[in-house]
Amino acid sequence: MRLFASLLLCCCFTLAWANDSSAPKPDIGKGGQCVKDPQWMRKNHMHLLKHQRDEAVRKGIRDDQISLKNCIECHASIKDDSVIARDDSFCVACHRYEAVKIDCFECHSGTRKTAWLQRNAK
Amino acid sequence: MSDVNSQRRNFLKTSLGAAAVAIAPGMLLFQVAQGKSDGADAKVRWGMLIDTAQCKPGCNDCVTACNKENGLSGGIAVTDSQWIRKIDLKDISTGREISLPMMCQHCENPPCVDVCPTAASFKRPDGIVLVDKHRCIGCRYCMMACPYKARSFVHEPIHDQNPDVPRGKGTVESCTFCVHRLDEGTQPACAEACPNKAILFGNLNDPESEISKKIHSVASIQIRADLQLNTGVHYQGL
Repeated sequence: MRLFASLLLCCCFTLAWANDSSAPKPDIGKGGQCVKDPQWMRKNHMHLLKHQRDEAVRKGIRDDQISLKNCIECHASIKDDSVIARDDSFCVACHRYEAVKIDCFECHSGTRKTAWLQRNAK
Repeated sequence: MSDVNSQRRNFLKTSLGAAAVAIAPGMLLFQVAQGKSDGADAKVRWGMLIDTAQCKPGCNDCVTACNKENGLSGGIAVTDSQWIRKIDLKDISTGREISLPMMCQHCENPPCVDVCPTAASFKRPDGIVLVDKHRCIGCRYCMMACPYKARSFVHEPIHDQNPDVPRGKGTVESCTFCVHRLDEGTQPACAEACPNKAILFGNLNDPESEISKKIHSVASIQIRADLQLNTGVHYQGL
């Protein structure tokens, strides 16, 4: 019974979110699906990133697919090659809406690597 | 009763074994399909042999290459990060002058790892000593523990980092042996940039590697060998 209630609640919540006109409309860049479907990613991307970062930093197991760098490669805006530059940038749009602060970009670059390389080629 | 228990135990053992056999290849295939690397190899020990006879006083190419690769400002104020620096030494009695680069020595028994209260300072299986900035709280104990003054603290916010080299305010950092390049199969930036090939980089555990052969044939020392840290960086002609 309780499970049913929570499921119903979840559905209502998702529907309400989908119909909300103030819902964020992020600039998804090139977009496309590579890891899982968008709804799953919306809910779980942080767990993937957190798991991957420890494996990569501490053990050197670099997973090309679920690395932050790979996310940025496709999801950085086509206009400014960034996931954080504007209010509707890929990461910023939802995080601002949900009031969840992202610490990633205090250290990590939010720019697509190919663009960064072009800019810094000497 | 005991018979039942042993039967039950055997049944559990066999079924667990069968499950492992069934799952293991799938896991392996999954990892291969995902394009996952195996990670740092514990059989490898990365190290350097620096030939001070080839290191020219006044030449700063390794430092410049490091700064460019890792996005350091190149400033030498106390609050600027320096991962590698040139040191000029003079023997007063003989007047002999030498120059050498100094950076994190990637110790086998690193004091920075011993003192770190959050386990942010750690040694990778392949011997590279790193700071996990996700855990670093910026207490700077490691900077005090390091006998080589190899670590720096980031005092100011940093923008436009190299996507391969995340750096940020409030954390300690030091030479990484260009771990992002190593994992891609290239040499550290300083070793590549040295015009006289004074920096020889390689696997100390592989008897066939150039560095192992050279370390076996020429006299080299580890700086402050008395501390028994077994550094990965060796100096020749010191």
